[in-house]
Amino acid sequence: MNKDLIDPTKSKIYEALIDQYTSIESDDPLGSDMILNFGPQHPATHGVLRLLLRLDGERVIGCVPEVGYLHRGYEKLAENMTYHEYIPHTDRLDYLSPLSNNMGFALAVERLTGIEVPPRAQYIRTICSELARISSHLMATGSMAMDVGALTILLWTFREREKLYDIFEVLTGARFTTSYSRIGGVAQDMTEDVEKMIWQFLDYLPEAIQECERLLNRNRIFVERCDMIGIIEPDDAIAYGLTGPNLRGSGVERDLRRDTPYFVYPELDFKVITHEGGDSLARYYVRLDEMYESAKIVRQCLEKIPKGEIHANKPKKVLPSKERVYTRMEEMIHDFMIVNFGIHPPPGEMYSAVENPKGELGFYIQSKGGGVPWRLKIRSPSFVNIQSLPHLLSGVMVSDVVAVIGSIDPVMGEADK
Amino acid sequence: MIAQRAAEKLKERFPDAVLSVSEFREQILVQVETSTVRDVCIFLRDDEELQFDMAIDVLGADRLVVEGTSEKADYINDPFDRQIRSKKQEISMNERFEVIYVLYSNKHKEYVRLKVSVAESGQKVPSVAPVWKSANWAEREAYDMFGIEFEGHPDLRRVYMPEYFEHFPLRKDFPLMGIPGSLPLPDKQ
Repeated sequence: MNKDLIDPTKSKIYEALIDQYTSIESDDPLGSDMILNFGPQHPATHGVLRLLLRLDGERVIGCVPEVGYLHRGYEKLAENMTYHEYIPHTDRLDYLSPLSNNMGFALAVERLTGIEVPPRAQYIRTICSELARISSHLMATGSMAMDVGALTILLWTFREREKLYDIFEVLTGARFTTSYSRIGGVAQDMTEDVEKMIWQFLDYLPEAIQECERLLNRNRIFVERCDMIGIIEPDDAIAYGLTGPNLRGSGVERDLRRDTPYFVYPELDFKVITHEGGDSLARYYVRLDEMYESAKIVRQCLEKIPKGEIHANKPKKVLPSKERVYTRMEEMIHDFMIVNFGIHPPPGEMYSAVENPKGELGFYIQSKGGGVPWRLKIRSPSFVNIQSLPHLLSGVMVSDVVAVIGSIDPVMGEADK
Repeated sequence: MIAQRAAEKLKERFPDAVLSVSEFREQILVQVETSTVRDVCIFLRDDEELQFDMAIDVLGADRLVVEGTSEKADYINDPFDRQIRSKKQEISMNERFEVIYVLYSNKHKEYVRLKVSVAESGQKVPSVAPVWKSANWAEREAYDMFGIEFEGHPDLRRVYMPEYFEHFPLRKDFPLMGIPGSLPLPDKQ
């Protein structure tokens, strides 16, 4: 192997930075032109995102993002394990909202296999997705405020998120890596204790968000740091494939919960939050308002949730409950077959997407009829959102870079797969 | 269904380029001729009626052992038969890889998918990065993982793997455990 290739100054990423902007003169007599390496170990990059910035004085004139420092090859792993075995790995994609990843993956496999999930499980899934959205947006708001210097908000939103994690612990058995969904249902039923805990949380949540709003919305330092930076127009946002709060912050009404209905969203009443402006502040407002909407959705679900089964009645595709495995022959055989050889969806390929807190999380599954997917592509929202950074960052001051990164809310576990 | 309408319009507009239209789970997949894919995409984006203005995803796939042969039965009987990857070359290597485009129309709120096939070596796919900016990194990922080359791409570098890496990890003949020595550790100093 050629050792020169490992020398950073000879690498292609530097070439990309220079080549892209050859029109700007680089032999600057005053020496104000410089290259700044930002990350991957910088705390404000929310993980291991690396940016190579080209600065003219304090202004960013070029940017090349570099991802892949957390690449674990989840798509390769998926081709070597059954669909059920893959559910815990979806926790590690967007690790700030593992529950909604679980639900998205289970939905994709069910659409491929043709399993209809009973209503109670659908409601539980909707509640889980929305609670995960609240927890992710709390974290995003807190860390964005911290990036521009307001440390209090992070502590306050962390406190609220902690309460959510207590609920997740009782509901799923784990605080962080929940792995709660199963193909054709959810792992265990939601007890009344959990419902009570969620009600208590919902009663308290609006007050907690308002507390943060009072510190931020009229805070001159925060508003002036975020206003009119990192602007993206609606047309550009669509061309860059932005999804989720980042797209709705540019005023485009696109929400898969409403547009391509899944779970029980068609039966619920909620608004799609949009804000005009397309700057960091607009994206912050979208996240805040979405938390109120999510709370509204969870309330409606808790009022409407029916009693009943939480697993679809398809013995050869859905894992049976544990008591039945221990007491009945048929179920034991099915359990053995599903665990060892997997469910066998029909041959075919399909795309299924859900609206995650970060944007559109899609799974493209190619099945050859075997127990494992032939190819499983994860369309991760953060990866696509990070792609727009050169556009968002062109012309901003170097101190605003963190405010822009905070406002698009990337999660590297998902961007790097 | 606007996706069906798109397939009909494509058949009218590009009679030679559309190879087949298939449907699975109510999703339309249009197989098109590789060399025409950029024109097809521009048509889908700019057509007044269709307006597929987002490229949600562009992905590569490998079909080294392919459907319809005896391999499929073996595969079901033993899903963990790792040796299956060495039983290759049942299909013609002229269509080993495929590139799939998942497009979305904000007007109709619906998806359509296109597919092209790519030969194992020597064939280049016209890049759609000039059509949709979001295809830029998606195509880089397909290049990184499968070695599929895109013609007219503004910046075709690896995106996940280090740039001195010599293999393509998502190909079916790349072992799951990796290739020892392909990722050198930094020198001890």
